[in-house]
Amino acid sequence: MEAIKKEHELIVAVSPHVKSEETVSRIMWSVNLSLLPAVVMGAYFFGIKAVLVVSLCIVTAVLSEYIFERALKRTVTINDGSAFLTGLLLGMNLPASLWSFSPFTIHVPIIGSFVAVIITKQLFGGLGYNVFNPALIGRAFLLISFPRLMTIWTEPSAAFLSFDAKTTATPLGIMKEEGVGKLMEVFGDKMNLYTQLLVGHRAGSIGEVSALALLIGASFLLFRRYITWHIPFSFLGTAALLAWIFGGKDPATGKLILFSGDPVVHLLSGGLLLGAFFMATDYVTCPTLKKGQIIFGIGCGTLTMLIRLAGGYPEGVMFAILIMNCFAPIIDRGFRTKVFGAVKAKESKK
Amino acid sequence: MSVLTFKGGIHPPDKKELAKDKSVRPANIPQRVVIPLSQHVGAPCKPLVSIGQEIKKGEVIGEPGGFVSAPVHSSVSGKVIAIGEFPNAMGRMITSVVVENNGKEEWTPLKDEPDYMSLSPEELKEKIKAAGIVGLGGAAFPTSVKLSPPKEKPIDTVVINGAECEPYLTADYRLMIERPREVIDGLKILMKTVGVTRGFVGIEDNKPDAVDKMKDAAKGETGIEVCSLKVKYPQGAEKMLIKAVTGREVPARGLPMDVKVVVQNVGTAVAVYEAARFGKPLIERVVTVTGEGIGNPSNLMVRIGTLVSGLIDECGGFKNGVGKVIAGGPMMGFALSTLDVPVTKGTSGILVIPEEGVVHAEDFQPCIRCGRCVDVCPMSLMPSMLSVLSEKGRYEEAKEYNLFDCFECGSCAFVCPSKRPIVQLVRLAKSLVKP
Ligand code: SF4
Ligand code: SF4
Repeated sequence: MEAIKKEHELIVAVSPHVKSEETVSRIMWSVNLSLLPAVVMGAYFFGIKAVLVVSLCIVTAVLSEYIFERALKRTVTINDGSAFLTGLLLGMNLPASLWSFSPFTIHVPIIGSFVAVIITKQLFGGLGYNVFNPALIGRAFLLISFPRLMTIWTEPSAAFLSFDAKTTATPLGIMKEEGVGKLMEVFGDKMNLYTQLLVGHRAGSIGEVSALALLIGASFLLFRRYITWHIPFSFLGTAALLAWIFGGKDPATGKLILFSGDPVVHLLSGGLLLGAFFMATDYVTCPTLKKGQIIFGIGCGTLTMLIRLAGGYPEGVMFAILIMNCFAPIIDRGFRTKVFGAVKAKESKK
Repeated sequence: MSVLTFKGGIHPPDKKELAKDKSVRPANIPQRVVIPLSQHVGAPCKPLVSIGQEIKKGEVIGEPGGFVSAPVHSSVSGKVIAIGEFPNAMGRMITSVVVENNGKEEWTPLKDEPDYMSLSPEELKEKIKAAGIVGLGGAAFPTSVKLSPPKEKPIDTVVINGAECEPYLTADYRLMIERPREVIDGLKILMKTVGVTRGFVGIEDNKPDAVDKMKDAAKGETGIEVCSLKVKYPQGAEKMLIKAVTGREVPARGLPMDVKVVVQNVGTAVAVYEAARFGKPLIERVVTVTGEGIGNPSNLMVRIGTLVSGLIDECGGFKNGVGKVIAGGPMMGFALSTLDVPVTKGTSGILVIPEEGVVHAEDFQPCIRCGRCVDVCPMSLMPSMLSVLSEKGRYEEAKEYNLFDCFECGSCAFVCPSKRPIVQLVRLAKSLVKP
């Protein structure tokens, strides 16, 4: 045969030779985007301090990842949006009151962000290898290290540039300490309570207050199929069911009255929506298979309500998700997909 | 009827518009053909010719080397000028016969059989076998072997695979549009050889004109049904096709005959018809030469043994800077390292991807456990686990995740946002452990 004319250098690679447009960074930035409405509402209610706390978390998260990866001569991955997301989520889970110079508390978000990105994610090998949700570990670390600072809640106000705000309690805090009756007293009537919770006019972490904004973001993620219903719905469903069964007390005696709780209040307050739609659904730290995800969601819901109703903290979403993160690999091992033709294979062997 | 399909699968851009409307035209007959003696699954052929020998078009040059094998014929008339090792599309060296074309196009005597339907199933099968017919969809499994299931595996259905689910390729589509009658006649012969009265033609519903043509051709035939299937890759994979058309699930690691089905591709059906009717051996096939990197996408009737370089020249050469040249489709085809490999019986297409269209495999990221691959795997495997275990060298464990049920369709790697080379990792693991 004649010599081969080598005009072209051909690229040889294993099939498939076409790939979808989807990338990790597109997914991460979409999730960041979906959180925007909730952040905007947080900024609306808690003012410039909220913006500053969230920004501080994001900058710290991205910067620590950059420095860490540069120092270890690894590929710098800050463009994939995942460190940004961790910072954003952590910031949304903090009280706006942390932006304060006297007493000086600026270091708190910084420490939390560092713990989230470096300890929880990078030291485990980076994105994909972490066992726990980084933002939640960051927050848990802060809650344990700075229990008082982490629970200074301020009243929502419409004055954006105001730096001093009255401290108050969160709806869940009120419920825990003084019962649902007191909550009604504070908010007037039930309808008003629900409306305020939906809009987000209440004390709480920056990004968790506006249920409506969170639902808008969640619908976007569901619609784009970045998340599926399995975890959030089983999580919320379980929590609502348990709130209804075990959440009601006799106002006078404080004794438990079964099937008299108010699931709506429980769903709309605290960090339940933020946790169920945006944090329990973190791909890396939840089970991969749908069946496992439902178990995971039920577990999260149960633990959340256990802590809220019987535990020492008014809110349990964070610990619930973190505990279930531990179980995610085990749950995954317990469920296998049923291979195409598997049942019949067994039959035909007989 | 509900839409016929299977669970999982993906929707890659189909790009069929490039070559869809190009009628099949005969390709230039090359001066020289390189005919590999192993173009099929199974034992390679033993050469029957020697260097210097004058041979005719259609003459047997390699006889089957075992039960699972198929004879190889010369695609031109002329002189054998070399017998030696030449690379094939997969990059392997294969014993091949090189024939210098004398341009006379003299056929070896063929047996015309106008009344072929009165032949016995055995006689028909013998004709199919003698013609060297193999699965033309790409798998290249000898057809006569598929038609000879063991006694304890009775067959009740023949399915013609007209899905052509690989993007870009239009060879089967053109055959269904241009020669629908022959596809149906081929199906009838296949049904007769395995003694069944039920036949299907499965076509993806993005080819409504092919569905119509085939339905017209099948009008008045009893027992033959043309089914429109949902467009979804890999609809044309045997197991998925059988599931969609008959609702039966081929057992894991089993064969279609385990659920009483024989599947043959559209091109194969036409070849079967030609073998039975005219005694014509398989010396040419339709090849789609297409892609954004080729000047003039075409569907060509190509002699087996024609070099890919010749086809590229004939179709207007490269444009937009060549990146990859693929034998087959973009999902399961092989990227060529040289253009001097011959078209074989299993070559359904030559796809040219320009430089900027190439997805580079090097920069992939860790698995983020998003589960997309699990959702799309038509075999319901866990590709994420397979890729991670293989990456870590834990091949034995990969077996527990049904490594060997993966048929490398590439759906998982297509959707993976981390761009993980899952198929590559699966192949690596498969090569290092025993099933
Ligand atoms: S694991 Fe195998 S069968 Fe499943 S999608 Fe990937 S390549 Fe296809
Ligand atoms: S699609 Fe890719 S990143 Fe997602 S689970 Fe599968 S292998 Fe991992």
